[in-house]
Amino acid sequence: MSPTQWDLPVELCCRPMAFVTLTGLDVVYNAVHRAVWDAFCANRRADRVPISFKVLPGDHEYPKCRPKRTSYEWYIPKGILKTGWMNKHLNLVPALVVVFYELDWDEPQWKEKQSECATRVEIVRQSLQGRNTKVAVVLIQKKTPLPPGEDVIASERAAALCNACELSGKSLFVLPHTDHLVGYIIRLENAFYEHAQTYYYTEIRRVKSHKEFLNKTTHQLLFVRHQFKIAFFSELKQDTQNALKNYRTAYNLVHELRAHETNILEIKTMAGFINYKICRLCFQHNTPLDAIAQFRKHIDLCKKKIGSAELSFEHAAWMSKQFQAFGDLFDEAIKLGLTAIQTQNPGFYYQQAAYYAQERKQLAKSVCNHEASIMYPNPDPLETQTGVLDFYGQRSWRQGILSFDLSDPEKEKVGVLAIQLKERNVAHSEIIITLLSNAVAQFKKYKCPRMKSHLMVQMGEEYYYAKDYTKALKLLDYVMCDYRSEGWWTLLTSILTTALKCSYLMAQLKDYITYSLELLGRASTLKDDQKSRIEKNLINVLMNESPDPEPDCDIFAVKTAQKLWADRISLAGSNIFTIGVQDFVPFVQCKAKFHAPSFHVDVPVEFDIYLKADCPHPIRFSKLCVSFNNQEYNQFCVIEEASKANEVLENPTQGKMCLVPGKTRKLLFKFVAKTEDVGKKIEITSVDLALGNETGRCVVLNWQGGGGDAASSQEALQAARSFKRRPKLPDNEVHWDSIIIQASTMIISRVPNISVHLRHEPPALTNEMYCLVVTVQSHEKTQIRDVKLTAGLKPGQDANLTQKTHVTLHGTELCDESYPALLTDIPVGDLHPGEQLEKMLYVRCGTVGSRMFLVYVSYLINITAEEKEIVCKCHKDETVTIETVFPFDVAVKFVSTKFEHLERVYADIPFLLMTDLLSASPWALTVVSSELQLAPSMTTVDQLESQVDNVVLQTGESASECFCLRCPSLGNVEGGVATGHYIISWKRTSAMENIPVIRTVITLPHVIVENIPLHVNADLPSFGRVRESLPVKYHLQNKTDFVQDVEISVEPSDAFMFSGLKQIRLRILPGTEQEMLYNFYPLMAGYQQLPFLNINLLRFPNFTNQLLRRFIPTSIFVKPQGRLMDDTSIAAA
Amino acid sequence: MAVCIAVIAKENYPLYIRSTPTENELKFHYMVHTSLDVVDEKISAMGKALVDQRELYLGLLYPTKDYKVMFRKLHNSYTVVMCNPFYNSGDRIQSSRAFDNMVTSMMIQVC
Repeated sequence: MSPTQWDLPVELCCRPMAFVTLTGLDVVYNAVHRAVWDAFCANRRADRVPISFKVLPGDHEYPKCRPKRTSYEWYIPKGILKTGWMNKHLNLVPALVVVFYELDWDEPQWKEKQSECATRVEIVRQSLQGRNTKVAVVLIQKKTPLPPGEDVIASERAAALCNACELSGKSLFVLPHTDHLVGYIIRLENAFYEHAQTYYYTEIRRVKSHKEFLNKTTHQLLFVRHQFKIAFFSELKQDTQNALKNYRTAYNLVHELRAHETNILEIKTMAGFINYKICRLCFQHNTPLDAIAQFRKHIDLCKKKIGSAELSFEHAAWMSKQFQAFGDLFDEAIKLGLTAIQTQNPGFYYQQAAYYAQERKQLAKSVCNHEASIMYPNPDPLETQTGVLDFYGQRSWRQGILSFDLSDPEKEKVGVLAIQLKERNVAHSEIIITLLSNAVAQFKKYKCPRMKSHLMVQMGEEYYYAKDYTKALKLLDYVMCDYRSEGWWTLLTSILTTALKCSYLMAQLKDYITYSLELLGRASTLKDDQKSRIEKNLINVLMNESPDPEPDCDIFAVKTAQKLWADRISLAGSNIFTIGVQDFVPFVQCKAKFHAPSFHVDVPVEFDIYLKADCPHPIRFSKLCVSFNNQEYNQFCVIEEASKANEVLENPTQGKMCLVPGKTRKLLFKFVAKTEDVGKKIEITSVDLALGNETGRCVVLNWQGGGGDAASSQEALQAARSFKRRPKLPDNEVHWDSIIIQASTMIISRVPNISVHLRHEPPALTNEMYCLVVTVQSHEKTQIRDVKLTAGLKPGQDANLTQKTHVTLHGTELCDESYPALLTDIPVGDLHPGEQLEKMLYVRCGTVGSRMFLVYVSYLINITAEEKEIVCKCHKDETVTIETVFPFDVAVKFVSTKFEHLERVYADIPFLLMTDLLSASPWALTVVSSELQLAPSMTTVDQLESQVDNVVLQTGESASECFCLRCPSLGNVEGGVATGHYIISWKRTSAMENIPVIRTVITLPHVIVENIPLHVNADLPSFGRVRESLPVKYHLQNKTDFVQDVEISVEPSDAFMFSGLKQIRLRILPGTEQEMLYNFYPLMAGYQQLPFLNINLLRFPNFTNQLLRRFIPTSIFVKPQGRLMDDTSIAAA
Repeated sequence: MAVCIAVIAKENYPLYIRSTPTENELKFHYMVHTSLDVVDEKISAMGKALVDQRELYLGLLYPTKDYKVMFRKLHNSYTVVMCNPFYNSGDRIQSSRAFDNMVTSMMIQVC
């Protein structure tokens, strides 16, 4: 965009920098000079001094200095600030002119060179006549200079050169062209900078010195001008604090000027300039609040200074620019690190700028409504001789005229007309949109989504005014959903109205229909007459006719639109529009509701579609179809009403598909579900409602799922909260709010009509073939087919159970690991009505604990539903929990031959193994047989025959066995010696003959075997008789490898007399046996203690009499003396 | 003078909105709607600070004259509307004459 009248001049907006010109550099042909120049220009970062350099030829003509005024008495200024002044001091009048000259100190032709240099300086001085511009000379030298003071020639010649050029020593510099060029250059430019500052300082002093000559009556303008100049020079001097101070003073002075219609533009222009400078410096000083305060003050002071009403749009344009410029400054400051907040960010300023731009457009529209016949004045009053104005903010046709009276009203009129006609050509909308989009970008950044939407609406509206309907629609469409989702219906309606206009003017069918649908709907706040109009238009469109134009549209645009609509009618092509309603609020509402959350497969699935129209007139639809997740059902749920296109509005209350506004219409649908869908969910995926028909245009409203649009969820929530009593309606009508969408239903299998009974005798016993009798009886009215039984362990239990449970149909053989835990789909044939069948199952449970068993019976049956024959699969299941227990407990113990409990057995000495089988089963058990399998280390003393064959045990009864065993000496075995296994073969007493016998193997406990040094056993009769001799023989066996010294003594007893060795000490050789013979003579009858045999082993003190008593009997039963004297017994005595 | 008074539901839709003069109604609606940006921001900031929940007055959205008393009055009136057993929380306030009168009085009084 080319700069317009309102744009701030570049020289105002830039950062003023000291202006230094470099002469004597041939940057085109001389490489050394080029390098020097590049070093000045390149990398001018913030750490370099702020100087703007320019290369000029040595004989460059600088702007002429006007002769000094000696008195201001007769001087009347013609304006505040000349348009060229800032540029002059930024780019034309240097603070310092540097003359570059190639000269080494040892130059042979020194004299000539010196005078040439002096001439060059002189030429520059000539050109700068009257100015305070400094001149400096830089000698470009090939040699590196010696340290100061060492080169005598150099100092001499330097002094001479200064003299010749009339330079102070401080203005002569040497630039050795060596490696460290940039370093030298930086030192040089720092020196230049000092010179420049001195120059600007003197300039400030010079301007200040004029002040005393001024008087307040005639030189008011000069007060402002001088103050501005001082501030500007301060800026050039980089003294921003003083610059700010002076600008502030200047600002106050501007407002002290007498304002009149003729100079108000000049005052505002200058006020705007100075305000810009103040705000800019405030931001630069990081005092943004000062900047904002200044700007507010500025706007307050200026907003009423409108000027002439004919050019009021200029004021709006100026205001807009003020806001925009401030917004730019603010934004720039943010980019440099300032933080803005939500309520104070550049967006507000851009928004205000846009607001004034809109006002400018309005004013221009009302002020510049000239007839087309009025020509632009010739000669152009806006042209000036130079092409530019002399002073900022003046009128070109009366420059420099200070009088408030219009000297030439005719000229004024022509001038105003020219401005007005020019204003007509301004692309206002473009300006407004640019500003709005700037604001949008800012508000987006500062978390103001609604502000952003609002501005986008404005942008859309502006595009609409600018007749760019495509862009307008795009923007409006984008923000519509924000207003819709937050439920701001007034705003939504307003946006939709504009959008409808756009779509009408572009003849965009689909958009036109969509917006119409929503404007007719319940979210629209339009009045009924408007809705009627839109509905009429919509019906026209559906009948393939043109709609009436929207109100308040541009007449020319309407003409174009009508042509477009006419083209649309003749245009063949797809005239079916499918519109998804979930994102907007159409005028028809839809709710789908299945009658139940689940249906049996033999009953038809029923659901209702509820429809309600919100438009002002009844409306007829042509077709309604419902789609399901299983598309096969779609065909059953279609209602189509053949009607001619023109019947849409006729016979309004007749027919299913005609909706009366405000009334809820219920449509019932029914279909039979497929048997494959048993266990599945049937879902309504969409409801399509067609308006119009294929011969004209057709709109298909598409509801996803069971209905509902953008507003319905909130409405449903409100309805749910409501305590309001709904008015009573006739029986067949329902309240819309009370309908709750139910878009899916489950298809479940038909209810079975059979009975399944289980007969068994719990609990199960471990490892037995547990019998489970399943009885299935049919109660169906017809034959059932394909009856199948699935039985066994219910899946989903502990995985270990599966491995320890086995099911079979054959009870005659024991099942092993290979049998499954669950038998599936055992075909059992067909069943006639009332018939029953029985199936036996055998379950073998390897572990105790409870198990859940499942018996599942499935069958097929033919059913007629809705005059359709379907095959239903029904099933019934029964579960039963069966406890498994041990059938019996087996207790094993070791006893000595004296039936005394043994902790351990002694090698080679016989002992008894006693088993005790205690029945734990609640049912009688038959022990078929038992068997003792001895470990190799054990030997039996006598036969190992079962003693419990075919014993029947009731609950709590036990069966015991006793085996005499011997364990040979094995040495010391850790943990004892294995005894062997005890195997019991058993079954339930009640079990049938063919049921196999179960063998339960019991591992017998290990036994600790101990060696003893001496084994004593006694040979004695089973009883004695008083006064009859009782011979007792003790066998003493040495079990060790040593010769044993044995002390034996017999303690006397009152009940016996005895003969034999009473006390003896003897030796027994290893492995041999010693016999001791005693003759006991009982004296008393009864159970009598035998005389104690004490044995003492000298080698084994541990061998005690206690241990000894385990082996030998300690007492004997003595019978009383018989009546008859027995000769033999006397003889023995 | 209060030119526009609105009561907004917590879901950000207007429960009640009235403005004078009526011809520029739309502008005020937009203004109320855009001011919700600042309300949102204030509420989210409140959540962080966990300020005393009994103090519901958010303060001013924009530095201007403080109208706390006016807002208090409006809030009290709204509470009265809420106490009406026939009013369903979340419904647009349409049939409360007392509330209407109070708003009218505020629009005239705060001149």
